[in-house]
Amino acid sequence: MRPDLVPLLWEAFGETLYMVLITLAVGGFCGLVLGLGLYLTRPGNLLANRPVFAVLNVAVNIVRPVPFLIFLVAIGPLTRAVVGTTIGIEAFTFAMCIMAAFVFARLVEQNLVSIDPGVIEAARAMGASPLRIVRTVVVPEALSPLILGYTFLFVGVLDMSAIAGYLGGGGLGDFAIVNGYRQYDWAVTAIVVVIIIVIVQLVQWLGNSLARRALRR
Amino acid sequence: MSQPIISFRDAVKEFPGRGGRRRARRSAPAVRAVDGVTLDIAAGEIFGVIGYSGAGKSTLVRLVNALETTTAGSVVVDGTDLTGLSEARLRPVRAGIGMIFQQFNLLRSRTVAGNVAYPLEVAGWSRTDRDARVAELLAFVGIADKAAAYPSALSGGQKQRVGIARALATNPKILLADEATSALDPETTADVLALLQRVNRELGITVVVITHEMEVVRSICHRVAVMERGRVVELGDAYRVFSAPQQPVTRRFVASALRDQPSPAVLDRLRGRHPGRIVTVRVDEVSGSSAQVMEVLADRGVHGTIVYGGITEVAERPYGSLTLELSGDDAAVHAALAGLRAVTSVVDHGTAALPVTEGSDR
Repeated sequence: MRPDLVPLLWEAFGETLYMVLITLAVGGFCGLVLGLGLYLTRPGNLLANRPVFAVLNVAVNIVRPVPFLIFLVAIGPLTRAVVGTTIGIEAFTFAMCIMAAFVFARLVEQNLVSIDPGVIEAARAMGASPLRIVRTVVVPEALSPLILGYTFLFVGVLDMSAIAGYLGGGGLGDFAIVNGYRQYDWAVTAIVVVIIIVIVQLVQWLGNSLARRALRR
Repeated sequence: MSQPIISFRDAVKEFPGRGGRRRARRSAPAVRAVDGVTLDIAAGEIFGVIGYSGAGKSTLVRLVNALETTTAGSVVVDGTDLTGLSEARLRPVRAGIGMIFQQFNLLRSRTVAGNVAYPLEVAGWSRTDRDARVAELLAFVGIADKAAAYPSALSGGQKQRVGIARALATNPKILLADEATSALDPETTADVLALLQRVNRELGITVVVITHEMEVVRSICHRVAVMERGRVVELGDAYRVFSAPQQPVTRRFVASALRDQPSPAVLDRLRGRHPGRIVTVRVDEVSGSSAQVMEVLADRGVHGTIVYGGITEVAERPYGSLTLELSGDDAAVHAALAGLRAVTSVVDHGTAALPVTEGSDR
């Protein structure tokens, strides 16, 4: 690899980090809220509400299976309305946040379904309000699988960031294509792959150990 | 009976049919889990509700702390009519009633102390008050040394003790026990029942016990309601229900808790082993004591050998029966039988040569 590429690699790394971290924070939070909504409004649950559940459920089912590349292009008008442009790192991060929220919503819901309903009934019997039950029972009891789900989401978001990068958002994906693939410089591509593998391994290790600590069994 | 603390008046709870409301409207019939129950539970008693699974007893008890609300009729708890109260108004009512569960329902993410502190947090206690109360409660239920342990490290009996401590945290007047001992072994069951009895005696808390085990009713309940298909089919003093059960379902429950009376198969074997006259005499508070029985036999010059039976306690009063082989000359045995009938109820099974099948009076 040419030494003059090193600063560019660092810049790309920073851009990827920017896209991924913002998406994890914003998309993760929205996904948690959406997932809680799905879980709570499901018939028979704490805030059972069939119409709300149906709307959320259909929305998640529509957005989630769309390939990210197509989704990114398809929500262009919305992106323009919110961010003001349809290209560039900010615009793509916006699309990533939305996709991540819907992906994470389903992960959250699936992890929450495994909570023992008896524990929630016990909290109700002690006079706890639904909001308190979410905060002090639902989330803490499912914390370990939620952390693992969030770790899983990280890998998905990293994948999305590479696609966004290719379309002109910058980041490691863009760097590998522009300076590696198009220049027939396989070393550059390989370095990027190694960096991504190391990041994923680190995050997975962190997620696993946090999840284990949260698991009181 | 003193002032009722819980009153059901024609209480009905209907659940929509399987598959949710939409299905119910179309075809599947709704389920009436509780079907017109009128019942008073007195302050300070240990009240048992017994029935097979699906009899509606769990739903009935959930009407008391409004985890379920009535479809029709009313439930009054400690002077508050729960009918038509909003969810927000029901929360303080729930907080004032303790509840323990078959599967304990402890929070796995919290320590023992954290679990017991939970209802205190809900009730808005300060941290120092909570800590003091938790220590006091853990000492009361006898697991002060487990305060920092997580529920996964506890045995079933210890988990239920945590459940009881948690349920008592906010000084409730009522404790609901939903099959609280059904997941425990017999020895641990006895410990937990003794603890519930202490809760009732030392703290004056009204305890409502839901169970399918007559043994639980036998050992701690003052009064009992027998439920079948959503209705209370028999109600009364636990001792009365044991000694004179009216309904077939009650008789089955009583027979499951008391194994003092020989079954036909046992009788056949007894007759095979013992050539003399086999009789079963009841021993309880009202009729003869075993001393009286032995006195009658001695007076008539009849030798009596105990071959089967047992005397136990129902609601802390003696109850049971003894099956005896009477041997002596015919006239003396006849006289002894008459003498026994004068002091208690007697079932004559005859002899091996001349068996008698009398309808059991139980």
